[in-house]
Amino acid sequence: MISSIGLEHYLILSSLIFSVGMFGLFMHRKNIITILMSIELMLLAVNINFVAFSSYSNDISGQVFSIIILTIAAAETAIGLAILLAHFRNSGSILISDINQMKG
Amino acid sequence: MEMFFYLFAGLIVISSVLVVISNNPIYSVLWLIFAFCNGSGLMILLGAEFLAMMLIIVYVGAVAILFLFVIMMLDINFIKTVTQFKTNLLISITVALIMFADLVTIIWLSTKNIVADNSKFSPQLEVVLMSRTNTHSIGQVLYTDFILPFQISGIILFVAMISCITLTLRHRLGVKKQDIAKQKARNKDNSILIAKPNLHEGVEGIAYD
Repeated sequence: MISSIGLEHYLILSSLIFSVGMFGLFMHRKNIITILMSIELMLLAVNINFVAFSSYSNDISGQVFSIIILTIAAAETAIGLAILLAHFRNSGSILISDINQMKG
Repeated sequence: MEMFFYLFAGLIVISSVLVVISNNPIYSVLWLIFAFCNGSGLMILLGAEFLAMMLIIVYVGAVAILFLFVIMMLDINFIKTVTQFKTNLLISITVALIMFADLVTIIWLSTKNIVADNSKFSPQLEVVLMSRTNTHSIGQVLYTDFILPFQISGIILFVAMISCITLTLRHRLGVKKQDIAKQKARNKDNSILIAKPNLHEGVEGIAYD
């Protein structure tokens, strides 16, 4: 079955998801959990982009890169949430504006 | 086929918008799970079944549950996040729209002159013709051509695991723990004191652990 969905459809979709993720990143500048979720959305957009290019250019390398991005995203989320937990234990708040104890 | 693409695309856009505009982080996580399920459907449409299953296992099974766990563990006051909702709205919409316009312009300019050769290729057709599963072809390159990135990502996961344990480990004071070496080093000489106390006098010099 020949599909009429081209590569551009996937690229536009992934740029739309990336923009939504960036919108969340800018809107929730105080809430670190929502910031991490927006970063996950942006990484999902990047993954869709990689897989679309891999599929339409008949090359499996994009999917391997996408697996590696998945790994890094999982590690980043885990470390971010661990830092959040440690900070919440010390200060009792998760707002970014309260993280000013180190002061550069 | 086209219908499924538009179904998944519409659902993923709607759910990602709901991820960022939800006030309650738990609803955000649930919409994020929905977005990842739809992304996995898109990857199945693209012929990447292994990655689709990986997305569900890694994100829905691990990362989203991690988010839910952390949100439920922290006692967050949700009212604070609601009050600053409106202030950043204008600038974030502007930035997101500029970003989207940039990306669409780049995509349009770069694919305008290229005639996409979709006639001979369809992801599903490819898998059938090569009679090799997606997992097989990923495994063939992952352990040969991409062995170095694969090992490095394993090391990164290992370091991430160590750092997560170190960050969240807490040594509480006053908790009695078993110390095997201390138990084994204990013998009759340093644990038993034979004393003959005099009448109306206590025993001096007893050291407790």
